Order: sequence, then C-alpha cells, then structure tokens
Amino acid sequence: MEKHSIIICILLAIITTNLIRVVPMLLIKGQISNRFLRSFLYYVPYVTLAVMTFPSMIQTTLTPLSGIIALVIGIIAAWRRLGLFPVAAICCAIVYLIDTLII
Amino acid sequence: MQRTDIIQGFRIGIPIALGYFAVAFSLGIIAKQAGLTAAIGFVSSFFTRASAGEYGVYTLVAAQATYVEIVAMCLVVNLRYMLMSAALSQKIAPGTSWIHRVLMACCVTDEIFGVSISRLGYCPPAYTYSAALISTLFWAAGCAAGIVAGGMLPVNIVAALSVALYGMFIAIIMPPARDDRHVLYAVIASFVLSGACSIAPVVSSWSSGTRTIVLTVLISAVAAWLKPVNIEEAHGEA
Repeated sequence: MEKHSIIICILLAIITTNLIRVVPMLLIKGQISNRFLRSFLYYVPYVTLAVMTFPSMIQTTLTPLSGIIALVIGIIAAWRRLGLFPVAAICCAIVYLIDTLII
Repeated sequence: MQRTDIIQGFRIGIPIALGYFAVAFSLGIIAKQAGLTAAIGFVSSFFTRASAGEYGVYTLVAAQATYVEIVAMCLVVNLRYMLMSAALSQKIAPGTSWIHRVLMACCVTDEIFGVSISRLGYCPPAYTYSAALISTLFWAAGCAAGIVAGGMLPVNIVAALSVALYGMFIAIIMPPARDDRHVLYAVIASFVLSGACSIAPVVSSWSSGTRTIVLTVLISAVAAWLKPVNIEEAHGEA
C-alpha cells in the first residue's frame, strides 16, 4: 500500500461531504406535491435530532447521572421555550456541577 | 439580502458557534493523532463541517486507510445531510436562484439545518449564511485550537461543554413538539427506539451514524404514513 497523502484524504472528505448536501437540492426542483414525501420530510428534522440526542447525551458526560439530569431539565426548559442558548447553558452547568460533585 | 435576516442569523449562530468550538476542540485532539497541522485542520473543518464525518475520517487517516474507505465513510456517516438537504429544499422560497440553493445546501449541518427549518415560513438565504459563517469559523478555530492545545483543558470542562450541542438539539425539537402532538409522538418514539437500539444485539454494533440514518428513515416514514400533514400545514410551519 503506497503512502497516503493526508491532503488527498481531506480533499476527498470535503468533496464527498458537500456533494451529499448539494445533490438532493439540485434534484428537487420546486415544491414536492406528493403528500407522503412532504410528510416524511416534515418529520425528518425532529426525528433525526431526537435520535442523535439520546442516548449520546448521557454517554458523553463523565457520569451517566449528570447527562440524564441535564437531559430532563433541558427538556423542561425547552418545553417552556427558553431558547437555544439558555437551554444549552443550563445543560452545560448541570453537567459541570454534578460531574464535579460526584468525581 | 435583508439586514434583519443577517442579524437574526448571526444571533442564533452565536450559541451554535460556542458549542461547535467545544466539540471541534475535542475533534482537534483526534486530528492531531492523524498527523494534521493546525492549518490543515482549520481548512478541513471549515469546508467539511461534519462532526461525526470528520471524526471518522481522522481515525481512518490515522489508521492509514484507503481512499475508497474515506469516501465510503463520508457517504454513510453523512447520509443524513441528504435527508436534511431534501427537507431544506422545501423551506426555500420558489424562484430562489440555484446558486442560493447550492450554497444553502453546503451550509447544512445538524444545527444550521435545525435553525433554518424552524424559521416560520420560507427561510431567507441570508439567515442561513450568517448563522453558518459565524458557527463555521468557530468550528474551524476550535479544531485548530484542539490540535495546538489539545489535552490542556480539564476533562470535566470538556465533558460539560460537549452537552451544549445536545442542549441545542432539545431546544430545537421541543417547541414544535409542544405545538404538534404528532411531532411529540415521533420524538418520544425516537428517544425510545434510539435508546433501545444502542443496547440491542446486532444493531448496537452499527456505527451511530448508520443507526441515525436507519432510525430516521423508519420513524419518519411510519409517522408520515400514520399522520400525513396537510399541504398548507407543512408549507407554513415547522
């Protein structure tokens, strides 16, 4: 196996990752009229963000407990429409406090 | 280009940028192991903007993988961007030029997609651009900083910063879930199934990127089949 150039690897990653983003945008012209497809695309963002949040959130913290409490309080705060930055800051603070207390 | 769109995008981009810096910092530690310099890490992160994708690529580079493996990794781990881009295409006003469509597609990351899709009505390109620009600069800077200074921050601070992104995800999901019962059911199903799949046999051995794709397609398809939205409804809100 010849020695691989880091630059070529990075270029391949950049091209591939951006092509994935651009191709569907160029293929889909105008508004989709199919009701199932529209509904599918309506649910995709919420489902994909929810799937990525749990259980990853409680796996990145030093103790699962801090992640679980941050998740629950974050959900309550977000339910009350506190906004992106306040919710994120609350989650960070909870994880820092609990991890520091436990370890 | 509306000045208010640029300012709003910038403001929503700042919390994202802070979260990105923290995550990119830990990514930089891995990039360093793969032999990236701070400058290459900055350029790579600026143009790729894919947390899981970049993580996969840097670990492959460190393992001296083939070019084919690099491309395959990018395709699989980032496949969700294809779905997001398709969904975002419906949030762009008819008559918007193809250049704007291509540029907006390139801006797609989990968070930029999230804030773009949660705008009421059509999403103006300027809003997406300014949110993407500020957050991408922090993303790239965070990666470079991680390469230079990785390992200098205490682990509990890195761990605390890394949940910022998840906090933002929750803040994006919950308000629409409160307004639309069917979104709430879909979110609950996502939490439960995602948790179950992370411990279930076979499925748990898949990469988290693969699990994300499979679960997203499955749950969204079932939700769309059970509770299709009205055309007007899907058009205006979300």
